Amino acid sequence: MTTLQTAISAEPAAHLTVADLSVDIAAIRADFPILQRTVRDGKPLVYLDSGATSQRPIPVIDAEQEFVTTHNAAVHRGAHQLAEEATDHYESARERIAAFVGVPNPDELIFTKNATEGINLVAYSLGNASYSPSASRFRLGPGDEVVVTEMEHHANLIPWQELCRRTGATLKWIQMGDDFRLDLNNLDEVITERAKVVAFTHQSNVLGTVNPVAELVAAANRVGALTVLDACQSVPHSPVDFKALDVDFAVFSGHKMLGPSGVGGLYGRFELLSAMPPFLTGGSMIEQVFIDHATYALPPARFEAGVPMTSQAVGLGAAVDYLSQLGMDAVAAYEHSLVDVALQELSAIDGVRIIGPTENVNRGGAVSFVVDGVHAHDVGQILDDEGVAVRVGHHCAWPLHRRFGIAATVRASVAVYNTPDEIRVLAGAVRKAQQFFGTR
Amino acid sequence: MEQLYQEIILDHHRHPHHAGLRDPFDAQVHHVNPTCGDEITLRVRLDGDGLDARVVDVSYDALGCSISQASTSVMTDLVIDQPLQVALAVLGEFTEMMTSRGKIDGDEDVIGDGIAFAGVSKYPARVKCALLGWMAFKDAAVQVAGGSTVSADESVSSTSNGESR
Repeated sequence: MTTLQTAISAEPAAHLTVADLSVDIAAIRADFPILQRTVRDGKPLVYLDSGATSQRPIPVIDAEQEFVTTHNAAVHRGAHQLAEEATDHYESARERIAAFVGVPNPDELIFTKNATEGINLVAYSLGNASYSPSASRFRLGPGDEVVVTEMEHHANLIPWQELCRRTGATLKWIQMGDDFRLDLNNLDEVITERAKVVAFTHQSNVLGTVNPVAELVAAANRVGALTVLDACQSVPHSPVDFKALDVDFAVFSGHKMLGPSGVGGLYGRFELLSAMPPFLTGGSMIEQVFIDHATYALPPARFEAGVPMTSQAVGLGAAVDYLSQLGMDAVAAYEHSLVDVALQELSAIDGVRIIGPTENVNRGGAVSFVVDGVHAHDVGQILDDEGVAVRVGHHCAWPLHRRFGIAATVRASVAVYNTPDEIRVLAGAVRKAQQFFGTR
Repeated sequence: MEQLYQEIILDHHRHPHHAGLRDPFDAQVHHVNPTCGDEITLRVRLDGDGLDARVVDVSYDALGCSISQASTSVMTDLVIDQPLQVALAVLGEFTEMMTSRGKIDGDEDVIGDGIAFAGVSKYPARVKCALLGWMAFKDAAVQVAGGSTVSADESVSSTSNGESR
């Protein structure tokens, strides 16, 4: 395990040299075995697709293996020693993961499959309130409104479209300005007394834009609407404190934060969770069961029906330990410097247009762009041939792309294990794509 | 990369054949590749009935990568002025090659310039690009000639490849 040099700062790229970073970055990279491999006929892998999924360090891989080889059992069932140990590992992971996102009470953190499931859990629970007399405060119907933004990932859009369709509520959205940031000028017209839910992303998975959470939460609070934060792209890359952000719900995915796939987290205020009806029902979420009805356990158990993912939760616990040892301030500062390099290198290429803020302020590590005259898929193909893994397409944010009249973008997204040199390889490969397709 | 992006493909991409939407037409379809958002509006004009009908015109307006644009262009060259039966045989041969993961080279006598896309079939993520226009043609032809003639259940617009969260 290594730590980032504290000297790493958020200075502009011009002041940043590889020499400043190489020693520590080399040690970090050594923790990620997959980064050593080559692709496409011997090209070193340049992995710039961490926005889709991140790679895992040895401590995460080891934690999962250690759990499976020594403690594996179904959690919260059985009284044998393995069951005890497995439950302890699972609950210890919950505590550490909750603390990592600023939540002192682990009962406010529910394990989900991923962020998508977390948002669906909230949406379906609110929908189920229509059939639960005790949960009438959460009921939605005609005349009520759910507010999202135009920059949402489909995961924070379609569950709300569906909730509105089922309940008769109306979906509204906050629009974006040409500066790739939310247009908050008419916020009071969008978030009105009719709003019951305001769901928005912390950091755009396409633009990199970091949204003004405090302002949005304040607007929602003024009208008594619940807030749901998609923190998928922020939690892995910067210090995030859900209590300080004062949101009602927040979700994140383990596989985007150096952890395993198949595990994610939903934070919810205990007061809300304990009043909400369940989403999935079955074993282990109950209090008492009779042949014709049942009562439900308190959170988090209420929302964790069935035997949950366990080695994945343990692995995610190891991932937050790893990130905590690096220090999230240092991680954020380092990644900020990578974004500096990316913005500088890509902006220097004629015919490349960055789709997102070009000023590195309130901006995260997703850098999307289009190349004049070359479709994103074709750019991605040339990049892949050079060993550079990026994502191409609409990145599950089709309305965002429509807003800017673009069918598809190329997205490079960084994590703490990337280097400035890798960004330069990316830029070189983009130039190569232009040459190949004859636009330069 | 030269093996993937053969000169024929780049030529068709730069100068697509039969591009643009034309009248008259018997059916118009709109297909989308949900993976990348690429789309095509395609019109078919047939003369005659059933499989013996002649493909009089295929016109289209498409937004997409070089592979999908070039593949659609090649397809129009191959099917226009052919009996529908022949056009569908060409489509079958091309589809078989594209879904073979590089194992089938394709018969140049049947698919002509279409063999240039053999290299694309080695890249699973791009196969749908190459098939977008072809599947749109098949769909439109079925609508005109009748469902009993060919099956349209292989529409490319039925699959998705989203970013998992």
